Amino acid sequence: MSPLLHVENISKRFGGFVALDGINLEVQPGERLGLIGPNGSGKSTLVNCICGTLHNESGSVSFDGHVVNGLAAHERTHRGMARSFQLPRPFHSMSLADNLRIPLLYTVHARKGQLRSAGDLDARCHELLNMVGLLAKAKQMPRDLTQVEMRKLELARAMAAEPKLLIADEAMAGLSHSEVEDILTLLRRMNDRGITVILIEHIMSAVMSFSQRLAVLVSGKKIADGKPEDVVRHDEVVRAYIGQ
Amino acid sequence: MNAVKFSLIAIAVGLVVMAFATWLHLDYFYFAGYTILQYVVLATAWNILGGYCGYVNFGSAAFFALGAYSSVFMHKFFPVPVPVLMLIGAVVSGIVGLGTGYLTLRLRGSFFAIATLALAVVLQTLIVNWDYVGGSRGAYIIRPETIDIVGFQINYIEYLFVLMLILAVIALTTARTIERSQLGFGFATIRDDELAAEASGVPTLRLKLIATTLSGAFMGMAGAPFPYYIGYLQPASAFSLDYAVNSIAMPLIGGTTSWIGPLVGSILLGSLQQIATVTISSAINLLIVGILLVAFVIIAPNGLVGLVQEHWRKWRRP
Repeated sequence: MSPLLHVENISKRFGGFVALDGINLEVQPGERLGLIGPNGSGKSTLVNCICGTLHNESGSVSFDGHVVNGLAAHERTHRGMARSFQLPRPFHSMSLADNLRIPLLYTVHARKGQLRSAGDLDARCHELLNMVGLLAKAKQMPRDLTQVEMRKLELARAMAAEPKLLIADEAMAGLSHSEVEDILTLLRRMNDRGITVILIEHIMSAVMSFSQRLAVLVSGKKIADGKPEDVVRHDEVVRAYIGQ
Repeated sequence: MNAVKFSLIAIAVGLVVMAFATWLHLDYFYFAGYTILQYVVLATAWNILGGYCGYVNFGSAAFFALGAYSSVFMHKFFPVPVPVLMLIGAVVSGIVGLGTGYLTLRLRGSFFAIATLALAVVLQTLIVNWDYVGGSRGAYIIRPETIDIVGFQINYIEYLFVLMLILAVIALTTARTIERSQLGFGFATIRDDELAAEASGVPTLRLKLIATTLSGAFMGMAGAPFPYYIGYLQPASAFSLDYAVNSIAMPLIGGTTSWIGPLVGSILLGSLQQIATVTISSAINLLIVGILLVAFVIIAPNGLVGLVQEHWRKWRRP
């Protein structure tokens, strides 16, 4: 089976600082990949290079059989990539329903070439809000939400674009144990619908229970990639996390 | 209410204003009214980029002056009727808006504002050194007393007033249509969070270019009849700081998130300035703007429209 996402030898520097150093990564359709690494190891930079927010200096990113280097972030979203941000970035002047309307108008419409009727759009927004348990707050503004609700809104907005690949960048940071479970259930439900998920996370219990495969970044290099239980016993991973 | 219905209502309101002016039979009304309507257009145009997209343009005077100087150029080169001049002004300022947008939209916040201010300075320098349109001496345009329209002799100032009234209706209808369209939603995402907008599939650069072009074109249209109104155009008056400051202050005082804000702000501030000009001196106009801006930032940061909406919400949900 050809991979859905193929990252080949990607490098990115910020001035003299090497953020990513020749990263290779393949993700199969329908897979649940966990991406871990200490703070500053380059996880978010990698996500930004994959999604087109940053442009990598060398190497290439292929998605769904096409090279997407040089494409703007919104074009990659149109092709089926979606992401949630580490710190939630809602459209703060719009209601929750309108927040979800944006990807429906700009991505789903652009992909399918037909505009849904206003009624259809509303119904779809409500369906998505219901999926994440925020239907009762459809008309409220993002500032009225709690942290966990904000994360759910981020995931719902990513889902609204009907993606093939979802990259959840620390969607659970700062949440309580039960809230983490809530988000994990949501992510599993998305994966059941056939969406490939890359989960970037520091909470190891969540990563271990969710991921089928684990990749580890340290100082911009990938040091391990494989089954979660093997990877966490990997000498280099133990050294990076616990120290010698 | 669809756009056609809205523009019909706007035209009806305009006709009532016209009827009132005719009944008043006062030339000064047309003089003052023209200036206020010109500010309605400028404030609405500014708001398309500044209010909807969140990009603060300090160079409104440049786009306005480009429209005015396109008219001066055409007046000498190949005289055409004022409505055609307005279209030419729209094309020239729209193209400059597009170019400026392409060069500066990678800048954010105050950097963008400074770049637009620089544009005004560069263009003013070019005009000052361009002898054909009068250079630093300025250019005279002797406007006829009256104009013949389908057999009726109409006072020229009344004619310019009607043209500006029509332009104001077009600008307001355009702004209102944008606000309720897919484009308006896209603009709002740019104002809220550009990264999140891109991640949701919004082509932010393209949308920003549409906004700069539209905004510039309307400002150019507002400037095109100006040489005929004023009679003598010089760079210092066309590129005056008043236009830049007023086009920002009026939407801010009225409210930037809806089409009605710039309308309310420009009528309020424009009328106050006209009254001050007659009763005290035009020199205090900028002082009025300054004081009102400070007052509104403290009392009503979301403008008059925001203030009313807030009270309305409280009243409905006590």
